Amino acid sequence: MNGDAGPRVAADPAHARELLRQMLRVRRFEEKCVELYSATKIRGFMHVYIGEEAVAAGVLSTLAPDDAVVATYREHGHALLRGVDPGAILAEMYGYQEGCCRGRGGSMHLFDAGTRFYGGNAIVAGGLPLAVGLALADKMAGRSRVTACFFGEGAVAEGEFHESMNLAALWELPVLFCCENNLYAMGTALGRSESQTDLALKAAGYEVAAWAVDGMDVIAVEEAARRAVDAVRAGGGPHFLELRTYRFRAHSMYDPERYREKAEVAQWLERDPVSLLHASLAAAGDLPDTEWERVQRAVDAEVQAAVDFAEAGTPEPVEELTRFVYSERGAQ
Amino acid sequence: MKTTYREAIRAAMREALLGDERVFLMGEDVGRYGGCFAVSLGLLEEFGPERIRDTPLSESGFVGAGIGAALGGMRPIVEIMTVNFSLLALDQLVNNAATLLHMSGGQFNVPVVFRLTTGAGRQLAAQHSHSLEGWYAHIPGLRILTPATLEDARGMLGTALEDPDPVLIFEHGSLYNVPGEIADDAGLVNIDKAAVRRAGADVALITYGGTLPVVLESADRLAAEGIEAEVVDLRVLRPLDDAALLAAVAKTHRAVVVDEGWRSGSLSAEISARITEQAFFDLDAPVGRVCSAEVPVPYARHLELAALPSVERVVEAVHKVVGAGG
Ligand SMILES: Cc1ncc(C[n+]2csc(CCOP(=O)(O)OP(=O)(O)O)c2C)c(N)n1
Repeated sequence: MNGDAGPRVAADPAHARELLRQMLRVRRFEEKCVELYSATKIRGFMHVYIGEEAVAAGVLSTLAPDDAVVATYREHGHALLRGVDPGAILAEMYGYQEGCCRGRGGSMHLFDAGTRFYGGNAIVAGGLPLAVGLALADKMAGRSRVTACFFGEGAVAEGEFHESMNLAALWELPVLFCCENNLYAMGTALGRSESQTDLALKAAGYEVAAWAVDGMDVIAVEEAARRAVDAVRAGGGPHFLELRTYRFRAHSMYDPERYREKAEVAQWLERDPVSLLHASLAAAGDLPDTEWERVQRAVDAEVQAAVDFAEAGTPEPVEELTRFVYSERGAQ
Repeated sequence: MKTTYREAIRAAMREALLGDERVFLMGEDVGRYGGCFAVSLGLLEEFGPERIRDTPLSESGFVGAGIGAALGGMRPIVEIMTVNFSLLALDQLVNNAATLLHMSGGQFNVPVVFRLTTGAGRQLAAQHSHSLEGWYAHIPGLRILTPATLEDARGMLGTALEDPDPVLIFEHGSLYNVPGEIADDAGLVNIDKAAVRRAGADVALITYGGTLPVVLESADRLAAEGIEAEVVDLRVLRPLDDAALLAAVAKTHRAVVVDEGWRSGSLSAEISARITEQAFFDLDAPVGRVCSAEVPVPYARHLELAALPSVERVVEAVHKVVGAGG
């Protein structure tokens, strides 16, 4: 853990309140997903983002609408904060045609062209080369867009990580690599999977500008991300952020968590990014109780509306099973 | 004694680890996590981290290291979580494991065993659900096993470890929880031959792995209407047991191949071709096939089910070949 105090409240309390609200949207949405999974409304593998909200909230708030995002199977929060409709996300997990991918993808494979959200990828490190390619296209077309690519620290051991770092740096591509270091890849602790655990140092080895950030402090994340995004957009080549965070819940819904101590989890829970920022704002008098209650009610209402939307969803006709294997000519 | 498919594989690994100190297990989360499908649960505690070796997420690296360790005299069991992830290691499997013996003019054999989960049915969508064992069966130099029964789950691994060459064992994810009885002294089984799981004279149903239960259920359904199916469990996808295929066709004169892989360029195509090449005049009807729909496996339950071989589709295919010809 780095940093011991709570998050610093930004110069602008209104903006800090907004970041808090965004984190809360993810928190409540994910809690609902867990509930719906237990009720077998959601099936397959599901991975929630609880504890890591500051990372997506801080980074995504710095992107422009025409930037691109590539994420992993733990991507509900990224999709939500990128602006994908919450109802469409949930309907996707219900397997309904109203879902953002018509029920073809499920929890691990959310996509949304409208927000340039390129997934949802259930192959660890599988998204990194895609991000490199998206950025290559932007560079070749002379557009000043940024591609933000999220991945866990487990992905750093894959060859695709290394090949992507090198390509992005070699070709000076506009990619922001966001490594969500939550210390465990399933049951494998960072120290058991990396000979060099300073991940920013690895990226730096490829001549990628890199630094580590307290991923439990949304203000710090946003500040670092803004600096990196600005530099990438200005032609400064790829940047890498190691966002030090923690997954409060199990890896997936099947994980008995044999690999970590309850005390360790408890210690990290004290750094809950949502309660910490709430506490700082409240202490500074920047978040009256009535306002906080209003925010919570609005967030709960959004989640409830998403559930209602998903509940009202319909299965795609089975006759359409083999659609989308090839592009439908003329339909595009 | 009572066991499950999962426990039978674990017992096979335990026996191998106890019996030969060159044997070790490596793969992602096989140790502390207990195995992503809990197959290796408890082995770390019994055998320690040297022999139950957690690897980083580095499929190409540790698969290649397994091949290297085999060259160096060890007998590695390498677990790859799912066949979809084995694609990251395809280079090592196809360009090294399968070729070294031949390229070295017979000097370097590679005695390594890979265990992989395969198959759909659990709503894991298109990056976790494919059945690519038929693809691997395309590769000379590899032996491809698909245990479908508790005896084979218990017995194939040990025999595979005695094989001087690389063996891939595909475990269908829907089988892990299958319970049943197994002989207390259940041990090694052959890894050359197909097996007849049900005798019948009207049609041969040829299948393997996770589809065997579907086919057996189909055979029951057909029996109720008076059609007796002979069910052939391939067990070994490479090298194929041609004699068993031909014997079944000589007996029944009709055949349907049931394969969770896709139809185009597939194992089912190969089997159909072999039957046609070698037993054309035994056939009373064209060989039928039931395969997965030609689509990446979708997440939605109803779409996934519609994509996979089912009892209904097998029965329908049998009706077609039984109704046809004389
Ligand atoms: C290539 C590949 N290998 C293995 C897996 C199985 N798997 C899924 S998530 C995961 C752990 C990944 O950890 P990390 O990258 O740190 O991300 P986190 O889950 O912690 O967010 C593993 C091993 C996979 N999906 N893809």
